[in-house]
Parts: sequence; C-alpha cells; structure tokens
Amino acid sequence: MSGPLLRIEGLVAGYGRPVVGPVSLDIFPGEVVGLWGANGCGKSTLLNVIADRADLLAGRILRMPGLVIAYQAQQPIRLPSMPVTGRELLRFAGASRQDLPAALEAVSRRRIDRLSGGQYQLLCVWAALAGRADLILLDEPTNNLDPEREALLAKMLTPSRLARRETSIAPPLPDRGILVVSHERRFLEETCSRMIELA
Amino acid sequence: MNALDLLLDPLFRLPLITGMAVALVLPLLGALLLLRDEWLAALGLAHLAAASALLGLALGLPAVLGAPLGALAGGAVKSLARARGNLAYGFMILFGWSALFLIAANSSLGATLGHALVDGQLYFAGALELIAALALAGLAAAALPRLVPRLMRARFFPHDETANRLPAHRWHLSFDLLTALAMAIGTATVGLMGAFALVLVPAWIAFRIAPGWTWTMTICTLVGAGGYLAAYLAALSQDQPFGPMLVAVLIGLAATLEAGRGLIGRFTRARPREPR
Repeated sequence: MSGPLLRIEGLVAGYGRPVVGPVSLDIFPGEVVGLWGANGCGKSTLLNVIADRADLLAGRILRMPGLVIAYQAQQPIRLPSMPVTGRELLRFAGASRQDLPAALEAVSRRRIDRLSGGQYQLLCVWAALAGRADLILLDEPTNNLDPEREALLAKMLTPSRLARRETSIAPPLPDRGILVVSHERRFLEETCSRMIELA
Repeated sequence: MNALDLLLDPLFRLPLITGMAVALVLPLLGALLLLRDEWLAALGLAHLAAASALLGLALGLPAVLGAPLGALAGGAVKSLARARGNLAYGFMILFGWSALFLIAANSSLGATLGHALVDGQLYFAGALELIAALALAGLAAAALPRLVPRLMRARFFPHDETANRLPAHRWHLSFDLLTALAMAIGTATVGLMGAFALVLVPAWIAFRIAPGWTWTMTICTLVGAGGYLAAYLAALSQDQPFGPMLVAVLIGLAATLEAGRGLIGRFTRARPREPR
C-alpha cells in the first residue's frame, strides 16, 4: 500500500462559517500524525470534518476506497450507569485484547462505570486502536490522564502497532494511520512520527 | 385450589404462556432502553398502543391487532423524526393518554375497556394473543443478537457511525419498531402499566447489581419471568387484578433489593477492620 489513507486538499471547514483552513495534508499508512495548535484554532473541527461531523466549506477530502475510521472524541461517552465490563466494551467495539496493556487488562473485568476517568479514556483509545479501523482519529486523548497513564498512552500509539497482527506470519507492513489532536505539544513531539501546526 | 393447580389449570394455560413470552421479551428491551436513556419512550408507546387498541376494538379489531398500529406508527415517527429525550416522550404520553380516553368516551365500548387496557386483560388472552406473543418472542430472539452489538457500538462510539457513513437508521429504526411492537402486545395483554413496569423495573434492578452486560440480560430475564410468575399466582389466588399486582410485585422486588443493598452496605461499613 503506497497511497495515502487520507488526502486533504485546500480544506476550509466549520459549522456554517469557516473555523479552520485552508489546510492540506496527507496521512500515509504507518504514520502517527500530530495536529497541534492554540485553543480555538480549529483542531477538533478538522477532525470533525474528516468524520463528517462538520461542514466542508471549500477544498476536498479524499479517502482511500473502503477506508474504515475510528473516532475517539475528547470526552468518551460516560453514562450514569453502564453495566458493561471493559472486555465487553472491547468486544462490542470489535477490538482485540491481544497485547492489551497490563494496566488495562487488570481492570478489564470491571464495570466501565467503576473505572476512573483515565482508565476509561485509555480503554476507549484501545478500542479504537485495536479495532478494524484503518485510520484512527484521536481528539485530545491525554484528557483525564495523569503522567503515568500519559506515558502508557504514548506507548499505545507507537507506529509498530499500526500493522495488523493477523495479516501474515512474517512481520506485517503497517497499513493503518493515526491522526492525533492535542494542545500538549510535548506529548505530540514525543509520540508522533510527524507533526503539523495549525495557525 | 393451590398455586400449582392454578398454574396447570387448562383454563389459565394460554394466558400464562402468553404473559410469560411478554415477560421474557420486555425486560431485555428495557435494558437497551435504559442504556439508551429512552425508557420513558416505552410509556409513550404503551399509551399510543392502548389508544390504538381501543380504536381497533371500536372498529371490530381484536386489541392485539389494533394496538400495534398506533405503537408502530409512534415508533416509526420517533425514529424518523429523531425525536429523543424526555420532552418528546412526554408529549407522546400526553397524546396517547388523551386519545385513549377520548376514544373511550366517544365509543360504544365506553371507559370500561379503556381501563381494562390500562389494568391488563391477560386472563382473557386466547389463541390470537398467544400467537402474537410467541411471534414477538421469536422475532426478538432472531433480531436482538444482531441488533445488540450495533446498538452498543452506537451508544458508546456514536461518531463511528457518522465517520463511516453507516446506514445506522436501519438498526435504530428496527429497534424502535421492535420496541413498539413489544409494547403494543404487552399493553394488549398485561396492561399498559404492567408492560411499562416490565420494561423499567427488571432493567433498573439489573443495572444496580449486574457485574456486566451478560449478567444484565440474565438478571432482566430472571426478574421479569420470576416477577411475572409470582404476580400471576398472587393475582389468581387472591382474586386481584393482574396488572396492578404485577407492578406491585416488581416494585416489591426493587424495594427488597435496595433494602438488602443498604443492609449489606451498613454491615460492611460497621464491620471493624481485621488486624494485619
């Protein structure tokens, strides 16, 4: 696979009126692309328009044919009562538990409404990473995370995870990509293979 | 006549099986409705079903055939108009209640049948009601294993549906129509409030104590079926109306659970820590 998973050309997006753009970028398989910018510069709007949740006002977005997207919003859905275990949540998300970090494995039998905000956040990120998506969009995934869990998140986002395990016995080529939005520049610098700054 | 004789009496066999099929299906739908924060929709659909059943009776249709028309129309409108939230369901309840008693007041059947629908008329269930309830159970058994994973993904990862341009309306509409049909058949058999209680109370109990989703569904089934059987026997042996008895039994179960949890919590807090 040599073409981009996603190509954005001269994109202007917003909600009725422009919020972000013009922006152009490509995301290739195996890349963890960081999107950084000051508060209000339209980082989340850019993710939203890729996920069809904001208006595309100009330019175009080209998806690889058959591209499957997983989108993890800033705040995972948290209901007052959720009688679902972590394992069940991953199963419903179609996510594998292979290589699930030990810190998450240890709490995976608990009800998700009894997890801390950080544990739940990481579990939702894992559900996106370990599912069948080709392109994973993460909006401010460091929310709710203490430094220890932030380090775990950084490990979860390593490019080596972007190859599907089941593809062959030989080491498989990376065929997935991640686009991460964060206001934490240091986290993006340490984690991403490439970083884009939104003005 | 003792309780076992009542259960085995051929006269009551059809109503017993009919109600049991309804009591097995409604709590499972209730768990999904509670997770979707749509439990009040069930009461709205029940009111629409009751009004529609009464209109059908006035036109010579059996309640079990008339009830689904109004409920399915309500379910379809709710799904297609994307009407969610308590406000929409509140209006559905008010509309259904108003229609129910206006039809009752202006038809030859009068208010008696209207109240019968509210109270439940399980003991008059015949072959038609039994067929409808078994068909509902079969439909739920076929549809839920396919619907549940999609509905759970939609609940916890709602943006994935939009991002991947999935035809999500299909499973949301399917669930709304299944719920509408179940509420209609439930209202026409165990009564309006009985059907609503079977949706709400077992799921509420399960959400309090279940360690996971599989257990939630199991507890819903057990509480629904157990509460129904207890109410059936109590109503027959004490010569009480079935619907109110079912609601009383289910609320009694919920209250017992809460009291038990409270006692366990107090005991746990009061127990002195063992020295290490």
